[in-house]
Amino acid sequence: VAAVAAENSCVWLYAVAANDAGTGARAMNGVGGGPVRAVRTAGLTAFVGDVDQRDFGAAALRRNLEDLDWLDRTARAHHAVIEAIAERCPVVPMQLATVYTSDHSVAETLRERATDLRRVLSRIRARSEWGVKAFAAEPADLNTAPGDPPGQQTPATSGPGAAYLQRRRAQLMAQDKGRHDVMADALAVHAALSRLCVSARLYPPQSPDLAGPRARMVLNAAYLIADERASEFAATIADLTTRHRSVRLVVTGPWPAYSFVSEAHAEGLP
Amino acid sequence: MTQGSLAPAESPALSPGPLSGPQPANLGDILERVLDKGIVIAGDIRVNLLDIELLTIKLRLVIASLDTARQVGINWWESDPWLNAQAANGDHGRELEEENRKLRRRVKALESGGGRGG
Repeated sequence: VAAVAAENSCVWLYAVAANDAGTGARAMNGVGGGPVRAVRTAGLTAFVGDVDQRDFGAAALRRNLEDLDWLDRTARAHHAVIEAIAERCPVVPMQLATVYTSDHSVAETLRERATDLRRVLSRIRARSEWGVKAFAAEPADLNTAPGDPPGQQTPATSGPGAAYLQRRRAQLMAQDKGRHDVMADALAVHAALSRLCVSARLYPPQSPDLAGPRARMVLNAAYLIADERASEFAATIADLTTRHRSVRLVVTGPWPAYSFVSEAHAEGLP
Repeated sequence: MTQGSLAPAESPALSPGPLSGPQPANLGDILERVLDKGIVIAGDIRVNLLDIELLTIKLRLVIASLDTARQVGINWWESDPWLNAQAANGDHGRELEEENRKLRRRVKALESGGGRGG
């Protein structure tokens, strides 16, 4: 029953799926704690929820998005709903804070964009997104370098100044080498996974605030992998892990195909 | 909640076991996906995410294309010598490049300003 949004309420859009997607065997609560329901039109199903305009209207959104706790809660709630839908059927996730004034408005948009949405849905069918992050295996430690054990004395023939310079030079060379190895390994990982995926997308490495203070992220990638190749993907990760020791790999997923639904990133997909 | 708590719960010593159970996604992983410009459709209520200071400056999170990131100056990784060999080659080239860019902008501004004035 397409309800007209109550006064003071607006409609939060989570995702769009094909019409044959069941409304959901289990009830879900979404952003703002309200239930998730379906709006159907043009052979498509929009998953929506009613949210309070006082918290999710334009001005309130701008204010609330500056609040890290609110953002954390809301992003996770949005993602949880999309993830639950994605377990059952191919789904086009919407950007956080895609909000409408009414179900009518949602339906109108679905009708307008039906062709695009169906095209994207068919592209992501039976495919999942996997996140792969590579971190430098050892945090860049500027105070010690391999081959320079503490207490080791250089030959007395050179003065302390020269000895210092020699040590420093060896240190810098080792750092350069280490850095080079890390980048080479990260590139090799990306190359191997790129051969396996339908499409790849590189995100900028996350800042240390997000990635953890001691972790130097050198690769932050998303790969769209055919579900039938999921075990091949896992095997490849295992293989890369043993072969490329300069990086530490962290895999996340399977994700709904977030990174591959925008026009710009869907275009190249077969 | 402080920014420090954004860090993933994983231990630094965690060995990268071959898909040894799904890794917990950190807030950054989720945000870069749900805030990505993967808008296939736009809502009635619009908020320009680039206006959100928390997202663009405090989290230094890229919520759009790399081009947009450069536009709003959150391309920190490009000047990180660890991640960028060119940046490691020294500041000199970057300074020249920046000066060049400033001059080009200034010329453009002068030209367009002159056009309107005359």
